[in-house]
Amino acid sequence: MPKLTIDGIEVEVEPGTSVLQACEQIGIEIPRFCYHERLTVPANCRMCLVEMEKAPKPVASCAMPCGEGMVIKTNTDLVHKARKGVMEFLLINHPLDCPICDQGGECDLQDQAMGYGFDRSRFQENKRAVKDKYLGPLIKTIMTRCIHCTRCIRFADEIAGVPELGATGRGEHMEVGTYIEQAISSELSGNLIDVCPVGALTSKPYAFTTRPWELRKTETIDVMDALGSNIRVDTRGPEVMRLTPRLNEDINEEWLADKSRFHYDGLKRQRLDRPYVRRDGKLQPATWAEAFTAIAERVKGVPGDRIAALAGDLCDAESMVALKDLVEGLGSKNLDCRQDGAAFDTSARAGYLFNTTIAGIEKADAILLIGTYPRWEGSMVNARIRKRYLMGGLKVGVVGERRDLTYPYTYLGAGPQTLQELADGSHEFCEILKTAKRPMLILGAGALRRADGAAIQALARQAAEANNMVQDGWNGFNVLHTAAARVGGLELGFLPGQGGKATAEILAGASSGAIEVVYLLGADEIDTAKLGDAFVIYQGHHGDRGAHRADVVLPGAAYTEKNGLYVNTEGRVQMARMAVFPLGEAREDWKILRALGDQLGVRLPYDSLAQVRKRLAEASPVFRSIESLTMAEWGPFGQAGTIDAAPFHCPIENYYMTDPISRASATMAKCTETFLAAASERTGTHG
Amino acid sequence: MLRDEDRIFTNLYGFEDFALDGARARGDWDNTKDLILKGREWIINETKESGLRGRGGAGFSTGLKWSFMPKQTGDRPHYLVINADEGEPGTCKDRDIMRHDPHKLIEGCLIASFAIGANACYIYIRGEFYNEGSNLQRAIDEAYAAGLIGKNACGSGWDFDLYLHRGAGAYICGEETALIESLEGKKGQPRNKPPFPAQAGLYSCPTTVNNVESVAVVPTILRRGAAWFAGLGRPKNTGTKVFCISGHVNKPCNVEEEMGIPLKELIEKHAGGVRGGWDNLLAIIPGGSSVPVLPRSICDTVLMDFDSLREVRSGLGTAGIIVMDKSTDIVKAIARLSKFYMHESCGQCTPCREGTGWLWRVMERMAQGKARIDEIDMLFDVTKEIEGHTICALGDAAAWPVQGLIRHFRPEMERRILQYTGTQRAAAE
Repeated sequence: MPKLTIDGIEVEVEPGTSVLQACEQIGIEIPRFCYHERLTVPANCRMCLVEMEKAPKPVASCAMPCGEGMVIKTNTDLVHKARKGVMEFLLINHPLDCPICDQGGECDLQDQAMGYGFDRSRFQENKRAVKDKYLGPLIKTIMTRCIHCTRCIRFADEIAGVPELGATGRGEHMEVGTYIEQAISSELSGNLIDVCPVGALTSKPYAFTTRPWELRKTETIDVMDALGSNIRVDTRGPEVMRLTPRLNEDINEEWLADKSRFHYDGLKRQRLDRPYVRRDGKLQPATWAEAFTAIAERVKGVPGDRIAALAGDLCDAESMVALKDLVEGLGSKNLDCRQDGAAFDTSARAGYLFNTTIAGIEKADAILLIGTYPRWEGSMVNARIRKRYLMGGLKVGVVGERRDLTYPYTYLGAGPQTLQELADGSHEFCEILKTAKRPMLILGAGALRRADGAAIQALARQAAEANNMVQDGWNGFNVLHTAAARVGGLELGFLPGQGGKATAEILAGASSGAIEVVYLLGADEIDTAKLGDAFVIYQGHHGDRGAHRADVVLPGAAYTEKNGLYVNTEGRVQMARMAVFPLGEAREDWKILRALGDQLGVRLPYDSLAQVRKRLAEASPVFRSIESLTMAEWGPFGQAGTIDAAPFHCPIENYYMTDPISRASATMAKCTETFLAAASERTGTHG
Repeated sequence: MLRDEDRIFTNLYGFEDFALDGARARGDWDNTKDLILKGREWIINETKESGLRGRGGAGFSTGLKWSFMPKQTGDRPHYLVINADEGEPGTCKDRDIMRHDPHKLIEGCLIASFAIGANACYIYIRGEFYNEGSNLQRAIDEAYAAGLIGKNACGSGWDFDLYLHRGAGAYICGEETALIESLEGKKGQPRNKPPFPAQAGLYSCPTTVNNVESVAVVPTILRRGAAWFAGLGRPKNTGTKVFCISGHVNKPCNVEEEMGIPLKELIEKHAGGVRGGWDNLLAIIPGGSSVPVLPRSICDTVLMDFDSLREVRSGLGTAGIIVMDKSTDIVKAIARLSKFYMHESCGQCTPCREGTGWLWRVMERMAQGKARIDEIDMLFDVTKEIEGHTICALGDAAAWPVQGLIRHFRPEMERRILQYTGTQRAAAE
């Protein structure tokens, strides 16, 4: 533990701490541009210079490790002069176009120029101008503003694992770019906007829309995948202007996946802002009273076992528990929150949770990926695995599709046969797993979203137990869900009751006429053709597949428009907060169900959000404390059964469009065109 | 003046055969095995005691540098890297060593590698040195064939491999850490220190980077003894040195001389004097383009070694002496150097990337006189903002020539400015 003196204050720090970090520990702020705590240290901006006793020159504090007996001064004339000099150099070729720059108001260069800049320039020559680069539909570049801190290059190299950015040219001709013009092919590319300390990389969809000081900021969580990344929703009036990540070391650190960051324009399109009732084969606008009457007329008298309900991917726990109470009140046991048809055993929590936790990936030393493409199914999980890989000594094995995961892996096989070998110990990769201290596996959608899901789950459990993945204080069995609502639904029991029907049976029942009424709570990822002649009630916020088929449409609230609880794939309960009000006549979902219940003669016993949450806590103890993580006990789960030999296949075909919101987003459509359609459609004569 | 028997580079002008037979005739590879068998400690001590200072410009004690390497080879191999990326304007000493006396370098590599515990050595040669590289490669092949290097080199029991790597033409790759980056296949940009190469250099392994001349003189020092070398020159500035004299002299040349020889004597004896006589001298850059220029008044008396030149606020650098007579446009000359540094700045760190371009642009205006008098002070201030604030020494190297100019030739700069404003005013009237 080296002890050093900074500005006369003695401080003892962990070995390997840099002088800059030591300064921060005692509350001395050191200006910096290139230094970023999650990236490597290039020390090229030279803004963090400090004076060190016995050193002939000022030293870059970010790259100088603390040593015993060092004497550092951060507040001397020499230091100020050095920093002012660096600031002057940074500004001579900077366009100073702050009035038209989107970074204005949240720009590191602007802020630090307040401290170290000067109100006029001594630079009489012409300023440099740099041609802008094309980096895809998400990132706008104004390269003249670039201060060459190389944060973006390091982010792409290290965190995103796509070494596509680099610096070309020397001296003042150095330019950051991709060399051959191309979009950054990473699902984490949006973070380049955050790491850029100036306005060189800004958000293309957000360009020229608002100023940061005009925005109202609401801290909430993301629902585009099952990880519950922490985000901040920036709104102006009734409009969501942009989404940015919030720091949460347990989930997303300070990053955010592109779909989570850029889907927000979908919140303004295709919205359901009033109830509709199908009359003469066409959906006609209606009042709430008309819609409720239409439902009551059709539903009254239908026996409970002919009614079914499906919950979608974006539902909050409150709306699901209200729908569960309503449907059960009507006497039905046919409800399922797994609209994708994944049939796995939900009897033990450990069987459907990400038990190691996302942060726990950093402790693992061998990872087995089964039927999952984590880049698309949970980008932050993949980023965490890459982070663990960069620490060194990680072995990764893949059963499923052979795709680029941004880190090297051993390809073990395509399907259940390989999993069987891993479970019975005959596969050679078992040696690696058994010698590892903390091995883990991740079971993805490709493995569970099959008819034999429960059997695969049982086999994976067997593989986990056989390969030492479940130990004292370490549970290496993980399920990576893809929908924000899924674990919440499983926890509160939005599942078929005794003798009730699951998703596949409900759809079959609707086709055959055995089910007369289907209530879709934001469920759009089903084959609506299978709904047959059933009376379909769709409650949700987007006019997507479900609403098109519906007989009555009830307009609900999107996740930015209501206060709701979500449980992420780890089993962590988090709260989404209302940033804007629901659109038009739309209402918060649990309230709709509460009102509809009265019409149908099922009085739901709660009148406030607090009471709904009390009901949730009764349904599952998990909901008793928010922001907490209840660990799952290991127990038997899964059902042995015949296993289809078909290989695992990632069910996500288009990462950028997986739900009603992202399907309505123009930005996501552009991404689809750029990253997924381009390869197949473009020809030599195209464009 | 250096006696002929004290010369180390006896084939500096290429009058004799550069290949193995010629080298052996000049005494190279004589009893190399015995030198090695005297042990690591002995080699390092002898080098230290000889007072040999690095010939690449910084003048750091070579023996001391070797002693920074870990004593025992751990799990990471040690490397020796030879900096043959000689790019300093005005300097061409390593070039002649490599094309006319390559075996001195190769033998030095073997001994230095043994001294620091390295089994592999890379010579990073400037890409433009095509023929020099070819000669050196031929010499390496000869040495391999003769068993002088390779497995059990010279029968000493030490395995030694030598690789020649050609650079691609960047001046900055002559900076030791940028050279390592380039050797690793990356963009040649200097690294931060610490860690120093002796702790983490090539492929993060302990590495020593030495200049060609520093290593090439070591075998002779060991054969003739540290005391011989230390007896030449002045205290702390010992031995012989190859000086490169170019510019406005009658006979530009490379010459090996004793350290501490007076500059005037060096030029008059070996380069045939300044064009038009010593009185026609304007200024001299004594150590390659990076060091501050000296006016004639200092050149009259200054001695050519590290400490004497430091006392007059210049430096020995690589001992590339650029002589300028009174026909020289000194401001334009320094402006040209500023352009060179702007062109060669790697662009990594702010003061150098932005500052070198600024310096050049102002210098160009200064050369025409198209500036204000107070801009001279601003220019000096800008050089001070670059100096000492950068990752590597290129920032300093860009700042020093301009500082030297302002220090010694400010009246000339002011005269031009006044003249220019005068003609402008006359034209306006």
